[in-house]
Amino acid sequence: MINMNEVFETNQMIQEMNLDVRTITMGISLLDCTGSTVQEVGDKIYDKITTKAKDLVKTGEDIEREFGVPIVNKRISVTPIALVGGGVCKTEDDFVELAKVLDQAAKKVGVNFIGGYSALVSKGMTKADELLIRSLPKALATTEIVCSSVNVGSTKTGINMDAIKLIGEKIVETANATKEKDSFGNAKFVVFCNAPDDNPFMAGAFHGVTEEDVVIHVGVSGPGVVKKAIEKARGKDFEVLCETIKKTAFKITRVGQLVAKEAAKRLGVPFGIIDLSLAPTPAIGDSVGEILEEIGLEYTGAPGTTAALAMLNDQVKKGGVMASSYVGGLSGAFIPVSEDQRMIDAVAAGALTIEKLEAMTCVCSVGLDMIAIPGDTKATTISGMIADEMALGMINQKTTAVRIIPVIGKGVGEIAEFGGLLGYAPIMPVNQFSCDAFINRGGRIPAPIHSFKN
Amino acid sequence: MNKTVVTVVGKDRVGIIAKICTYMAENQINILDISQTIVSGYFNMMMITESDYTVKDVSTMAQELEKIGNEIGVRVNIQNAEIFEKMHRI
Repeated sequence: MINMNEVFETNQMIQEMNLDVRTITMGISLLDCTGSTVQEVGDKIYDKITTKAKDLVKTGEDIEREFGVPIVNKRISVTPIALVGGGVCKTEDDFVELAKVLDQAAKKVGVNFIGGYSALVSKGMTKADELLIRSLPKALATTEIVCSSVNVGSTKTGINMDAIKLIGEKIVETANATKEKDSFGNAKFVVFCNAPDDNPFMAGAFHGVTEEDVVIHVGVSGPGVVKKAIEKARGKDFEVLCETIKKTAFKITRVGQLVAKEAAKRLGVPFGIIDLSLAPTPAIGDSVGEILEEIGLEYTGAPGTTAALAMLNDQVKKGGVMASSYVGGLSGAFIPVSEDQRMIDAVAAGALTIEKLEAMTCVCSVGLDMIAIPGDTKATTISGMIADEMALGMINQKTTAVRIIPVIGKGVGEIAEFGGLLGYAPIMPVNQFSCDAFINRGGRIPAPIHSFKN
Repeated sequence: MNKTVVTVVGKDRVGIIAKICTYMAENQINILDISQTIVSGYFNMMMITESDYTVKDVSTMAQELEKIGNEIGVRVNIQNAEIFEKMHRI
């Protein structure tokens, strides 16, 4: 029988602690959208997306009302466009045309974002992959809700340094192409190592080639709920703290599991995975930084931060896997600086630096995320930062990512405004020493010794 | 038949339950259980209901109940009971 305390506990989590389902993401394969011209492929992509996802937003809203739990975003991920458009796209502008098709189709069905303007180049680039990467500045500047990602490395293949060099240059060009909006274009672009095929979170979502034709993934969140729960464990030892986080993660994930199953049933599409990430928003009380402070740090970035984050991430996973048999995606704590008020405060107070964030990414789910840097940062320096982060992923057999935003016309200490869920960010200083010769070598960093497991 | 949970939270006054129950009866919804407490002048109620929702679906009712709640100064939620069962039971 349902118990009154449990009912009020659930509703308190939703109404006062910002428990929400962050996203329902429909993955759509575009591998069958073939043709002999860009126009023909574009038409097929548009038709497939607008047919398969036509009820996605309405279904999400129905579930939201019926269960009384907010579903913040409805999104679409598609097969990496470098694979889909490879046959017909002969120029950068051809790829930009497909980006515009994705933008139009996504707006037609009313989703918040569409991801998958992507290329998988962890070992090498095809001509199409390279064209897609070269098209990024224009594609990101001329579309609004298209998100892009490139996988440049993996534990099995090593790191594609040619791609990293090229991407560094393209990030600077994208920043210039969108400079009137604080170089916002790069907030929609992420570089990965070991990218998952089933990630529902943007900007890195794409529909991997190992997936079914159409599938539903759900990303749950709830840093506020974890924060409130561990307030009760103040002064207690780590066993009590870990137990509290695990139980809370379990409850949060169960809500996601319910929403995912329900959405899959109503849309007549298989359920894929639950991504149980603690994803902060700029709202007060919806912050991973606040959790770290509640664990016992004055600010995120203080000594002990990496250990606290490692423990938090592990407990979230342990609670989550008990709640759903299909946990996937990124699953862990996100540390996007601009989207987390307490992280912003930590940067402003001088407690949190890029170097500390890099250390933190060794133990949490993603990487250097939503970090604003000075607009005059060199392309090779950006490539060097990407290479460092990719190396962490490759060696530690985990997903790492970089979403970094050089803000043209602004310097250290100034503020970049991105708006909405993306928030705002203080511009952080970058190490000024050169890595030109390292980046200009070109080629590929070989796979690490522990990848040879056969 | 589907189960839903109706919760009402707000400042106590005359006729809260009457108002909600009238709405349930008008929409062919059977009430299985009601529990209610007053904590320092604040009214807390939970009601478990059952219906096949042929008259109105849950999301329509959620909107109408919200309106009724606003009229009498309380917050009314109606939710599919599964969310509570899933969250608190293994």
